[in-house]
Amino acid sequence: MIEFCGLQLQHPIVNGSGTFDAIAARRAFGDALLADFPFSAFVSKTITLQPRAGNPPPRLWEAQAGMINSIGLPNRGLEGYLEYDLPQLAQLPVPLITNVMGSSEDEVARLVEAIDERDEVAAIELNVSCPNVRTGLDIGADPRSLAALVRAVRPLARKPLIVKLTPNTADVAAVAAAAEGEGADAVSLINTLRATALAPSAKRPWLGGGTGGLSGAAIRNVALSQVAAVAGRISLPIIGMGGIASGTHAVDLISVGAALVAVGTENFRDPCAGSRIASELKSLQIRH
Amino acid sequence: MRTLAPLGRRRVLVSRGDDVGAYRVLQVADPQGPPLPAAGQFYMLATVARWGGGDDERPYLPRAFSFLSARRGKLSFMFEDVGPGTRRLAELDAGEELWLTGPLGAGFRTPHDGRRALLAGGGVGVPPLAALATVLSSHGTRPTAVLGFRDEHHAAGAVLLEDADATVATDDGSVGHHGLVTELLAAELARDAHAVVYSCGPPGMLEAVRALCAEHDVPAQLALEAGMACGFGACYGCVVPLREGGYVRVCVDGPVIDAARLDGVPAH
Repeated sequence: MIEFCGLQLQHPIVNGSGTFDAIAARRAFGDALLADFPFSAFVSKTITLQPRAGNPPPRLWEAQAGMINSIGLPNRGLEGYLEYDLPQLAQLPVPLITNVMGSSEDEVARLVEAIDERDEVAAIELNVSCPNVRTGLDIGADPRSLAALVRAVRPLARKPLIVKLTPNTADVAAVAAAAEGEGADAVSLINTLRATALAPSAKRPWLGGGTGGLSGAAIRNVALSQVAAVAGRISLPIIGMGGIASGTHAVDLISVGAALVAVGTENFRDPCAGSRIASELKSLQIRH
Repeated sequence: MRTLAPLGRRRVLVSRGDDVGAYRVLQVADPQGPPLPAAGQFYMLATVARWGGGDDERPYLPRAFSFLSARRGKLSFMFEDVGPGTRRLAELDAGEELWLTGPLGAGFRTPHDGRRALLAGGGVGVPPLAALATVLSSHGTRPTAVLGFRDEHHAAGAVLLEDADATVATDDGSVGHHGLVTELLAAELARDAHAVVYSCGPPGMLEAVRALCAEHDVPAQLALEAGMACGFGACYGCVVPLREGGYVRVCVDGPVIDAARLDGVPAH
């Protein structure tokens, strides 16, 4: 067992938000999913105050050793999450981390307050890769707006508060320091890197949402660099992610300062990537 | 109809590979998979060796394919080399290995209230129709099928629909009816419209089938294709817009969708 922000976890491998839908996976694989759940904690997809349909298709582009997605955070909204998703996610055999996003401090506060009340949820992750309604800039791209957000919502949560950092900023360590300064319990990184794909013939953006986020093997070394930079600046525990597909990759991220490692795109290629990587990691750690 | 998949991907051996006209047909041994996937369900496939490093440094993600047949622990799939994923898969031969996840998604529902099954499709849309024809034939009714192909070389794929009485159309008239598969379908519906249409094919063909069935007030089940990263509901990439608003995921809510739920079949 390992301890992370007061959560007792079987191993250090979790999922990245939005890269594994446990409810849909149970429809495909049945209750075998619960018996052999791939992750030691489950991170929900991003929940917003109002329901979102998501972006118009196409939503995916296969890139070189990776993919670009422009999904647009489809979700049932807070009410739908609490009523429909949460009872199903509560049946998972691992602690549940709920990821939330809002475009203002008030929106995020309402989400955090409502989620914090629920015993089924072990921790809250803030997705700050969202434009601020007032400035139009991503909240997580600017240390000052991130500090203001965490300051506003920190007192509302008794549960551990994790800030999911965006890599699309000039100085990710400065943003992480702002989260630490305002009382966040942990940070997670990296989110996807902003990317554009052009339709092969027309040379206009392929994705229905215009731009998207790059993930997969292609970003692994960016993740190493950013996790190392953040670990050098703050003392909070870090959930590291970005292109992790093997135990060796997980060892690398842990060696630069990650406490937990999240698997994202590799879940798409291998539905049990989480268990596989956890077991590869264990045998590597025993060997050393 | 949905048969559950074993949890996770499994490593399977290609037991034979055949060229059928423009297509490559691979048979794989799947002793761990369920013996009876539902017609219209699909599998995610990737090669174990050299998945990646092809044209444009791809493929990277697994590819979704409906199965063509499932008999005695052997599955077969049909590909046309149209991109880095299908190119790599089409190279495979007996003795090589695949990663396979599935069966996934929801397949076709067989007809009720005395309607006859009418299969309409073409190109790489043959597999789910062939699997359905096998089910219907085993129930005692050999279905009628109309199939469209680009040319004679592609139309050779019609033989893969073993368990149906198929009529073929080609775009260039090199074999069968010179024209569109929907012309053959319209003739069938004019003869007897008490039918359920089952369709799979390129988006333009599916949309024409959908529109024709709507016009004749004939129920249709469409096996859709969409680019998807995972096949089991994780990525939310494979959505199609619904008539009632919002989207559904082709991988978990489809790939077979009632035509009445769609205003149109998206172009990609």
